[in-house]
Amino acid sequence: MPAPARLIALAALGASAALGAGEPIRIGEYASLTGKEASWGQSSNEGITMAVEEINAAGGVLGRPLELITEDDQTVPGQSATAAKKLISRDKVVALLGEISSGRSLEAAPIAQAHRVPMIAPASTNPKVTQVGDYVFRVCFIDSFQGSVMARFAAGELRARRVAIISSMSNAYSVGLARIFRERFSAGGGVIAAQQRYAEGDKDFRAQLTAIRAAGCDAVFVPGYYTEAALIVRQARELGLSVPFLGGDGWVSDELLRIGGDAMDGCYYSTHFSPENRSPVVRRFVEHYRARWSGETPDAFAALGYDAAGVLADAIRRAGSTDGPALRDALARTRDFVGATGETTINADRDASKPATIIAIRDGRFNFVQTVPP
Amino acid sequence: MSEFLQQLINGLSLGAIYALIALGYTMVYGVLRFINFAHSDVFMVGAFIGYYAGRHLPQGTVWGGLVAMAAAMAGCALLGMLIERLVYRPLRGGPTLNVLITAIGMSLFLEYAGQLVFGATPRAFPTIFPSRVMEFHGLIISMNQVLVIVVAALLLLGLELTVFRTRIGTAMRAVALNPGAAQLVGINIDVVISFTFGLGSALAAAGGVLYALNYPSIDPLMGVVPGLKAFVAAVLGGVGNIPGAALGAMILGMVETFVDGSRWSTYKDAIAFTILIGILLFRPAGLLGRLTAEKV
Amino acid sequence: MRPPRHIVALAGAVLAALALSLFSDRIDPYFLDVLTGVGINVILAVSLNLVNGYTGQFSLGHAGFMSVGAYLSAAITVLWGPSLLGADGGTAAQQGVLFFAALVAGGLGAALAGLAVGIPSLRLKGDYLALVTLGSGEIIRVIFQNVDALGGALGLNGIPAYTTVFWVYSAGALTVFTVACLVQSTYGRGFLATHDDEIASEAVGLNTTRYKIVAFVVSAFFAGVAGGLYGHFKLTITPTGFDFTKSIEIVVMVILGGMGNTVGVILAAVLLTILPEVLRSVDQYRMVLYSMLLIALMLARPKGLFNFDYGAICARLWRRLAPARPAGGGPGAR
Repeated sequence: MPAPARLIALAALGASAALGAGEPIRIGEYASLTGKEASWGQSSNEGITMAVEEINAAGGVLGRPLELITEDDQTVPGQSATAAKKLISRDKVVALLGEISSGRSLEAAPIAQAHRVPMIAPASTNPKVTQVGDYVFRVCFIDSFQGSVMARFAAGELRARRVAIISSMSNAYSVGLARIFRERFSAGGGVIAAQQRYAEGDKDFRAQLTAIRAAGCDAVFVPGYYTEAALIVRQARELGLSVPFLGGDGWVSDELLRIGGDAMDGCYYSTHFSPENRSPVVRRFVEHYRARWSGETPDAFAALGYDAAGVLADAIRRAGSTDGPALRDALARTRDFVGATGETTINADRDASKPATIIAIRDGRFNFVQTVPP
Repeated sequence: MSEFLQQLINGLSLGAIYALIALGYTMVYGVLRFINFAHSDVFMVGAFIGYYAGRHLPQGTVWGGLVAMAAAMAGCALLGMLIERLVYRPLRGGPTLNVLITAIGMSLFLEYAGQLVFGATPRAFPTIFPSRVMEFHGLIISMNQVLVIVVAALLLLGLELTVFRTRIGTAMRAVALNPGAAQLVGINIDVVISFTFGLGSALAAAGGVLYALNYPSIDPLMGVVPGLKAFVAAVLGGVGNIPGAALGAMILGMVETFVDGSRWSTYKDAIAFTILIGILLFRPAGLLGRLTAEKV
Repeated sequence: MRPPRHIVALAGAVLAALALSLFSDRIDPYFLDVLTGVGINVILAVSLNLVNGYTGQFSLGHAGFMSVGAYLSAAITVLWGPSLLGADGGTAAQQGVLFFAALVAGGLGAALAGLAVGIPSLRLKGDYLALVTLGSGEIIRVIFQNVDALGGALGLNGIPAYTTVFWVYSAGALTVFTVACLVQSTYGRGFLATHDDEIASEAVGLNTTRYKIVAFVVSAFFAGVAGGLYGHFKLTITPTGFDFTKSIEIVVMVILGGMGNTVGVILAAVLLTILPEVLRSVDQYRMVLYSMLLIALMLARPKGLFNFDYGAICARLWRRLAPARPAGGGPGAR
């Protein structure tokens, strides 16, 4: 080959090699960016986006940048499945990140499993999610742990003997968490004073609270979402129920205090993360998050989204490829990954054994109480 | 016993809220013979107007609360009349199915445009009236609950007076009986219908503000379920009948409250519709209504 | 003697669906998914058209019947499937038979629900019927939320992915076939008479309630079949997924297509299934646009956008394209 042609050929080869090496790794995310639970979807999206940006700034994964493709499921049932299918078939993502709501994760999980695309749920705590198949993971604790934590807290710290439960009848998370709390608290010798139910979107809980008041209890467990929990506590205080109210990670939101107001004082809930945590990793995460997102303080779902993306990138690195089965195995072998929500180790059930953080509400502010190890 | 009485109070206040919405439905149906599906969304707009007004007014004062409520009522009266003029009037005289579909379209439009404008996540409603909780021999009733009952009663009275003692009220009744004949005796149907819509919407707005006071979490879809239940209440009492709407609302509120606190609380949503089906099957005119023969 | 045209058309459609299904591995899976979604919506829209369009009864509870079919068929394949098929999952033929049985059972269950809802409510008119059908849809949802055996509030998952393009389009062809046959029969005249003027029909002795119930039950049956197909397509069903919003989406298809015009309704169903996928980026405006579309349609063109006499259009096209016929003979001369 004449010299100039050889040079050109070499250059072309080099260019194509560089292009091939730089070809982005596509990750799919489906979240509730609009709709009733938009605040959560947006939180986790901000966490994931920030993680992807940090990873790319540090050189990417396996020499390639990460490309995040996000689909909105609008908090509407059925949309998560469609979003997942589109991400997998159309956008050819190597992995899926989503969702916060257990119900919506359960919609997309079978699709990820069927197409052998690993899926990591940042914050779905219902045990059924990872039972769908070996390609479905999560980076948070599950409700069997969360329910136990709150049951032990109620019995131990609050010395409650009789606890009433008021839970949603149509929300997968609430139903599951209520059941586990009931089992664990009863097993510990406690008595469930009353079990009341409400429907999603309900505004009036006075009937249920009146029945609870009549039954008499030392505390009330409300394993639902903050929108209903705030109203429940408010109405309870109006009805003269001054016992502590307890909740789970569904309470995570600033709106909880805005809607609940002073009524929320004396309540406790379990979550995955506290921005007041003194550890250097968390402090750095909070600083970067505030800098990136205009001074906003990250909540548990932002932190979990951040960690989910981090765990995924780490797994790709360890697997050395983005191939489905290899990635799945690498994810399953995740050990002591350090992130904003603590150290993540994926166990045999593809769940993460993570500590729970208990937050108390005093004087209209969130106060860190304790961390409960798994 | 005290639990029973407490539930009674709860049911009364819930029923009063349903009554406020039901009054609007029953009036429009009485005059125009169609279900204004958009009524529940005017209720929602009223709550949002109250929200924005309340944020600019001092919290916890009576006059502040009244101003916010007046603003909501005025705003929604205008909205109701606008909707009637732009969307329902052109279809008057045509098949009722078309108006029904249009009403559904209008309702959906308000809901989803509301989600775009206000965002779908619930917001905290400001405390615009002084908020206090009173105790009475172990029974608890909040100021807001009292407000609802008092305002509902006043509005009911006001409505009865308007419909039976004023000229425009007589005109409304005439149009409800026979629109053609009403026109023949010189009643301006357009004015009467506009007025009816305005009045009904103002009532819905008041209902919206009071509802938001009691359940201070508002979102663009907040009107859907209360609206449906309020319509069931209107049918229960006899659609087109004002005291009937109030009675139906009270009964529905009570039944729902007692079911809610019982073992069958998970079937609560189904209660309202079961009542509706039952009434339509066994006493279609409602409790206080009279069956009118349909002339062909 | 040649078989009637419509039977030939039905057989042709089923064969085409089979052919498409056999080549499905070569087709982009996302496109296949959209196609499946289109097919399911076509079944829902055409079946609803029988009630809302041809018979003129405004039903807002179609999603409720769909859910009955979905849950019943899923219950059969999920709860009884493993024991019927054996540990290895059975052969494709066995799965096919099970699926067919599940779909039919779902349809029959939905038809029964349609009967239960229809008999008491079909003596009501217009607004009241709309509200009662809406209510029945909600009651069905609440019932399923309370049946823990079917997953309760969590919904039913782990539904096997039996739905293929073949099943959907064969069911779709069958739906169109049945509706077309019904409409062209004496029942059809009964439907149309009820639609045009119920009181006059009663006056000449037609049992309008019976026609209304027939339309309602048949429509519910196919809604149930569509529900079964939907369940085995999405693999997870929840009670809240079959709510009032879903019923409205189907109603919009019927209205857009022109109530009482099957071809128009099919076109509308296709358009309204593909459009949200195409417009994914502006999906949050979808419902606002739908509602504005409803209002605009009612104000400007209540007959619907696709309401044309397709038969006449085809006939005119045919005459223009067909070669000139010899004078005095042949099928053209009449």
